[in-house]
Amino acid sequence: MKHDIYSTEGLYKIVEKTDISETISKHVIFAPLIAAKAKAGHFVILRSREGGERIPVTLVDWSPENGTVTVIIQSIGKSTTEMNAFKQGDSFSDVAGPLGTPVEIKKWGTVLGVGGGVGIAELYPIAKAYKQAGNKIVSILGARNKGLLILEREMAELGEIIVTTDDGSAGKKGLVTDAMNDLYAAGKGPDAIFTIGPIIMMKFVAQASLPHRTPTFASLNPVMLDGTGMCGGCRVEIGGKPKFACVDGPMFDAHQTNFDLLLKRTAAYRGQEKDSLERYAKGHQCRIGLH
Amino acid sequence: MENKPKKPTPSIKQNLGRHQDPLARRSNFDEVALGFGPEEALTEAARCLGCKTKPCELACPVNVKIPEFIDLLYKEDTGAAASKIFETSLFPAICGRVCPQETYCEAACVLKDKFGPVSIGRLERFTADYARNNGLITPPPCAPDTDKKVACVGSGPTSLAVAAELRKLGHAVTVFEALHEFGGVLSYGIPTFRLPREVVRFEVDMLRRMGVRFLKNVLVGKSLTIEELKKDFDIIYIGSGAGLPSPMNAPGEDLVGVYSSNEFLTRINLMGAYKFPENDTPYYIGEKVVVVGGGNTAMDSARCAQRLGPKSVSLLYRRTRAEMPARGEEVENAMEEGINFEFLTAPVELEGDEQGRLKRVKCVRMALGEPDASGRRKPLPQPGSEFYIEADSLVVAIGQSPNPVIQQTTPGLSANKWGGIIVDEATAKTSLDGIYAGGDVVRGGATVLLAMKDGKAAARAIHEKLSAGTK
Repeated sequence: MKHDIYSTEGLYKIVEKTDISETISKHVIFAPLIAAKAKAGHFVILRSREGGERIPVTLVDWSPENGTVTVIIQSIGKSTTEMNAFKQGDSFSDVAGPLGTPVEIKKWGTVLGVGGGVGIAELYPIAKAYKQAGNKIVSILGARNKGLLILEREMAELGEIIVTTDDGSAGKKGLVTDAMNDLYAAGKGPDAIFTIGPIIMMKFVAQASLPHRTPTFASLNPVMLDGTGMCGGCRVEIGGKPKFACVDGPMFDAHQTNFDLLLKRTAAYRGQEKDSLERYAKGHQCRIGLH
Repeated sequence: MENKPKKPTPSIKQNLGRHQDPLARRSNFDEVALGFGPEEALTEAARCLGCKTKPCELACPVNVKIPEFIDLLYKEDTGAAASKIFETSLFPAICGRVCPQETYCEAACVLKDKFGPVSIGRLERFTADYARNNGLITPPPCAPDTDKKVACVGSGPTSLAVAAELRKLGHAVTVFEALHEFGGVLSYGIPTFRLPREVVRFEVDMLRRMGVRFLKNVLVGKSLTIEELKKDFDIIYIGSGAGLPSPMNAPGEDLVGVYSSNEFLTRINLMGAYKFPENDTPYYIGEKVVVVGGGNTAMDSARCAQRLGPKSVSLLYRRTRAEMPARGEEVENAMEEGINFEFLTAPVELEGDEQGRLKRVKCVRMALGEPDASGRRKPLPQPGSEFYIEADSLVVAIGQSPNPVIQQTTPGLSANKWGGIIVDEATAKTSLDGIYAGGDVVRGGATVLLAMKDGKAAARAIHEKLSAGTK
């Protein structure tokens, strides 16, 4: 079916919602313009309601035919918890996009995807696009525990997967970088690496691949406000120069990225975020283990 | 009003309007200027001589029919006065608040030197507010629909002006906005205490009632390119504004607590962070705030910060008050509200703690030398004058350049070295056929009124182009 991309009819309605785990949900949202234009690496900015925060989330999937886009959200703060409390048929007040610069899809040979936690969701469309471009895909999927591991089956359809968990409840006990080092030691070093997950994980992935000179790209997730290149809040340092993650990224050369600065800058609002979540959790059935 | 003064009575003292008390207003986001009541408006209207030469109207960037609307106001027909303004400008409630009238119409008023000018801006605001609040506003009639489609990129003042003019002429207009709220800088930049949001929303709604279509959450250049829009629209008008913040390029600018004015004002105004946690977007200012800059954006930033209740807000400007580009009234307002002005002062380095949070600002005192290219005396750092100011947060408000997203994604669209789209001055036409541009994306950071003026001029040229070849 051909959708009118300029129509506002039914816009931002959740046509399908699936809870993947206790704190992670998949939302399929009606947004025909975004669905028609989306490419791997694009993100959207969601707002749940009037007065809500602008939350950037990378697209997991999209269907121009159905006019829908798919995102996977992990309940971390108040806004994401509130979004995951939405039911099928509810609507976001805003979905802006597609935003950012899509990843350049080309033939590398073997592409290694290293995803951590909910970052696996963002890795999936990129791995899929590289697979379609004729690359061999190997993925290392890391999570704190089995319950937080997502998209294992989907990623396995694209190629070999190696699972690591902090507690050993699924796959190997250990870190994603342990699995990377094993690959290099076995002479199975990849031709390119894409990593998405916690900043500290991406930092160590970059460190692990640097001695092997494997081109490595990380999807950066700084504090973002407008997402349109206007405020500079999401500025990151790449090769010693400032870049805006919202328009220049979010994917950057990991070996050129100043991860330490990014770690400091993302801590800017931790206090307020915690207060806000605690206040919200008091008034609602708590889903994320706070009292 | 009984016993209203006979018109003209120019010798009545000019009424500069009432303001919220400085001590009260520095802790709220309500409007500072309170506006005229009906009697004050009538008395002020009575001062107008109704000059046949209309110097005020000629000085107005959008040529509001000033003597005529003031006369209708005096005759107590406020609805007709509003309609008279609408003939050339659809946004009197906005212009009446944010236009620097003292440099346009009021500077041209013949009463200026002897008695003080007629308070034209305040009368314009009264007319618009009274008409709006009493249901006296009817959207202007639109010509029969043509089959021409126009896309306006951005929903700030320049696009709103284009949309209004072209819709009146019967063209189908769609306005694309990247953010979730319409109005551009009127929504994300200018604080509510200078321009209440209901005023902006009312004006947008009026255009909607005229048949203009508004689409939010579309970042043209990313969500859709100009080339893609070209397939669905006959004409595209780019009014994407000056959204790119200029950094100071001082060491330490990446410390937590250092904001561009765009980020700070967007958090406070667009996202309503001043109501955190009722609204979800947070802000962080700490106890000591420093603002750098001397323009209206710097004043807005400092005054927003003051309302969030820190211990101190200091504003650093490298020249003196006389050279400040900010409107005099805004500087006075800021001073009354307790902003500490440090003139002839520039930051040279920002220092933080181990967590990467701003702690203090190393500054240097300046002295004014010979005039530079801008005609203003060039500030020169004084050796040995370095000193420190403690700061938990700092807002950089030293200018904006044109938003680059469209220029970067539109092959063949010519831009100058500052990123501004190059247009033909008379027609607002860009280097690409059917594509026009105006406002801050052409000028760099200028004013709401010049953006509207550009929009009106562009609309004339666009209409001419659309009418050529049709009968």
